[in-house]
Amino acid sequence: MNYLNNKELKDVKVISKSEYPSKSVPKAKITKDLSSLIKELGLNDGAVLSFHHHLRNGDKVLNLVMKEVQKAGIKGITLVASSLFPAHEELIPLLEDGTIENIVTSYISGGLGKAISHGKLKGHIIMQSHGGRARSILNEEIKIDAAFIASPSADKMGNISGVNGINSCGTLGYAIADGLKAKKVIAVTDSLLEYPNYPADITEDYVDHVLMVESIGLKEGIVSGTTKVTKDPIGLKIAKDTLKVMEATGLLKDGISFQSGAGGISLAVTSYLRDYMIENNIKGSFASGGITGYLTDMLEEGLFTSLFDVQCFDLKAIESLKKNPNHLRMSGSLYGNPEVSSVVDNLDIVILGATEIDTDFNVNVTTGSDGVLMGGSGGHQDTAAGSKVSIIVSKLFSSRIPFIKDRVDVITTPGSTIDILVTERGICVNPLRQDLIEKFNEANLKIVDIKELKEYAEKIMGEPKTIEKGERIIGLSEYRDGSIIDYIYEVKE
Amino acid sequence: MGGKVEIKKMATAGTVESNDILIMISKGEGNIEIELESVVEQQYGEEIKKVIHDTLVEEGVSSAKVIAKDKGALDFTIKARVRTCIKRGSGDTNEL
Repeated sequence: MNYLNNKELKDVKVISKSEYPSKSVPKAKITKDLSSLIKELGLNDGAVLSFHHHLRNGDKVLNLVMKEVQKAGIKGITLVASSLFPAHEELIPLLEDGTIENIVTSYISGGLGKAISHGKLKGHIIMQSHGGRARSILNEEIKIDAAFIASPSADKMGNISGVNGINSCGTLGYAIADGLKAKKVIAVTDSLLEYPNYPADITEDYVDHVLMVESIGLKEGIVSGTTKVTKDPIGLKIAKDTLKVMEATGLLKDGISFQSGAGGISLAVTSYLRDYMIENNIKGSFASGGITGYLTDMLEEGLFTSLFDVQCFDLKAIESLKKNPNHLRMSGSLYGNPEVSSVVDNLDIVILGATEIDTDFNVNVTTGSDGVLMGGSGGHQDTAAGSKVSIIVSKLFSSRIPFIKDRVDVITTPGSTIDILVTERGICVNPLRQDLIEKFNEANLKIVDIKELKEYAEKIMGEPKTIEKGERIIGLSEYRDGSIIDYIYEVKE
Repeated sequence: MGGKVEIKKMATAGTVESNDILIMISKGEGNIEIELESVVEQQYGEEIKKVIHDTLVEEGVSSAKVIAKDKGALDFTIKARVRTCIKRGSGDTNEL
């Protein structure tokens, strides 16, 4: 029997009085010395280190730690970073000298992505979804040796809270799996608060060390990219048409659950949805994803009962998380882990962007028109798969970059999970969704074949020459369940 | 037009905004020389150069140096910018 560790009862030793325990004392976890901490962690060549990206382009922790790892002479690191931003361009020399050998991430933009596309990474880059990341960590497909968790606040025992501290970034959804599973968990903080620090996103029982640093970054860097409703009339037309599409699906009624990205057009859809819900007196269920002030307003107006927040996209969302009990924290696993029950499976409608789409509705948000890494799934795969209706919103004409192709450069999200495309020149429905096509016909909503829309675009833009790609495979586009959905190739400089 | 048009001075037309192209024209050395920088160089570089070249010829220009910075303009935009640039560079009108 396992209870006795397979021992016979007669072999079990009962401790003697001299071996009785003394009273326990709090563990000493605080250090200011990163260099000694790295030695203490005993990291070997080939170690797996993880980081989260809740400070987005304002993050300083990743660069700080990795440069110290470089100084310690540790090579062949697998960097498991939930996302990488232009601020992490400083790591390029660490690719070149072999400190970082492999990268696992869900999103990459800026100079680092460019360098990897041009072949600077000695190993490979694995592009995961947010849900896929949580899955692979929780099921131990990826074993993290040390998780360095940028902590807006921590106490001396390592209770980490995202809403306290000078760099409060809100929910820490992407760091939860790391906190639960990493062999060593290090809270890296610039705000040491009184014990107990609460509400804690990650509690002290999971934290081994508390590293005090001068600054974990700049909170203002969270608001990177477009987090405002577009003013572009073409974008607004797409958003208006998207609302018509949503209405025709029959899902715009009490109890609706909704998610949209933080891009300009997606936010315009959210804004039109708000007007529609007020006008028609609709009370929704939940909204999810990265949360913006537009959604916290709708929560306060009673248009949604609750928000599932995996990441705060602006400062207003952080304030709301702090004070509104209906603004809920959501881990990456709860968000979209395909191996467990997750929120995306309860989504009615998701609004998503795309860099390019093909005539099979496969979507690329991983590489740009030049084939260079400049994005990644994030929650794209997860929400497309889980939602009842997934809608891609995009301009057909934007800087002459071909949007509809015969085959996207890299498949991020398979077309079998993409239902509708809305552009300024027409609405396309995936032929797999005959039920939607019937509904749209009933609603007299004009739809166009995606192949015809592609031909129309080419008539105006001309047929593009294909991009010259390298032979070498630099990485893999992983699907949320761990299967590989596409290769990522090197691009010639 | 169709006649012979001489580029007398440096001129520009267009912008470097998305979906536009900035055309800079100056005196040539008896031929048409085009230098292009484009966000869609790989996909459309040759076609863009051809549109610039053909527009110059259509307008009667046989000697010019053109520097173009393209941000994904469509052919009709490129044509319009080149035409305006020729008018400015040839001193055809002061209003443009």
